[in-house]
Amino acid sequence: MFNSSIGRKLIMALSGVFLIVFLTQHLVINLTSLIPDNGKVFNFISHFMGNNPVVQFILQPILILGVMIHFIMGMYLEVLNRRSRQTSYVVYSGKSGASWASRNMIISGLVILSFLIMHFYDFWVPEMVYKYVEFNPLDENRYFHELQEKFYKGGVVKLFLYCVSFVLLGLHLSHGFSSSLQSMGITRGPIKIATKFFAIIVPAGFIIIASFHYFITTINH
Amino acid sequence: MKLNLKIWRQKNKDSKGKVHDYELDGVEEDMSFLEMLDFLNNKLLNEGQEPVAFDHDCREGICGSCSLFINGVAHGPERGTTTCQLHMRKFKDGETVYVEPFRAKAFPVIKDLIVDRSSFDRIQQAGAYISVNTSGNTQDANTIPIPKHNADEAFNAATCIGCGACVASCKNSSAMLFTSAKVSQFSLLPQGQVERESRVLNMVNQMDLEGFGACTNTGACEAQCPKGISVKNIARMNREYLLASVKK
Repeated sequence: MFNSSIGRKLIMALSGVFLIVFLTQHLVINLTSLIPDNGKVFNFISHFMGNNPVVQFILQPILILGVMIHFIMGMYLEVLNRRSRQTSYVVYSGKSGASWASRNMIISGLVILSFLIMHFYDFWVPEMVYKYVEFNPLDENRYFHELQEKFYKGGVVKLFLYCVSFVLLGLHLSHGFSSSLQSMGITRGPIKIATKFFAIIVPAGFIIIASFHYFITTINH
Repeated sequence: MKLNLKIWRQKNKDSKGKVHDYELDGVEEDMSFLEMLDFLNNKLLNEGQEPVAFDHDCREGICGSCSLFINGVAHGPERGTTTCQLHMRKFKDGETVYVEPFRAKAFPVIKDLIVDRSSFDRIQQAGAYISVNTSGNTQDANTIPIPKHNADEAFNAATCIGCGACVASCKNSSAMLFTSAKVSQFSLLPQGQVERESRVLNMVNQMDLEGFGACTNTGACEAQCPKGISVKNIARMNREYLLASVKK
């Protein structure tokens, strides 16, 4: 089954939906950093996620595997699809009936991948070093402060890069979510409207969080 | 009406083609696009030049033979229309019009604007048929109750004329709209149940063997299909294929 074009699309769809679920829980956790309790709830959840062995040693590797499968299969399908037209049109109105987002998933996908590398460098790598290289003592109150400091130190350039990436994430989701359902045989329609709504709400949430912490820390400094 | 035509000319399957420029005066707005090409070919023959080869048959929009990519769009600028039903009133005097063959690895150019679409025939041969008892006890199809919704959906899918505009329009040269229409028209009806699982497996397998790309659900195929075949058929085919693969 997975050697067929439909099977490969199913792999893309399942890994995509898995990443959408992850994205949703990531947003919900990050939203707690907006609660005006000086980071109490955010610190509590972050400490749990960062030190729970199930999250750290089972869910985290599965997540990384999901990202890799989605990326590798996406690139593979792109290469196969490009091979299926060996001579290009002199004039090609590709936009006819197809949105920019649907025609350029590879571009938005590569931007998101670049963002992920930057995001890992900003947050995930220092966290791994803190816990598993330097073996620092547990501190369940450090997360909120670290989050704000990172956005402050990143400056307006980093904020801009984050916001651009989230816009591209929105475009990727605006096609990818409903496309995943179609690939799994679920006819679009009312669900499509819900997926478009999701594609606006989730990136907008991340933009608000990043902007909030950047501006708050900048004012406070 | 005067047109600046830029037409793809290619001697044969193995030669390298290129765009040739033709100025054509005296085009009437009531001509169909194919009649305009007939008009051009008369002129070329009178001048001792080789006429442009292009596919056509019924010229009534039902055979799916005409397969031209006009100004970057399959079957030209008018939605829901085949090239033979496209009229020159859709173009402006002095307009530059690019005419190319449908392009896909699975649709090799034979000559000028004619492509080989026998890959579609092979996909149909792989499973787009039903087994019928011809021993004399055959039940009259009209006596078999079929839900109205299913009958309508099957009929809509069956209106696919196999022109290949879906492949030509798709950025991936995917034939999933065509294949899914042929799968749907049988799988929705009682007569199509005997081969339901083998049909979808065999047809999708043949589609992949022919070298068509994979669907990325852009919707360009539906938008440029002259018969308005819905991408819902692709979702249905995906469903049928995945279920048949699990049961196999």
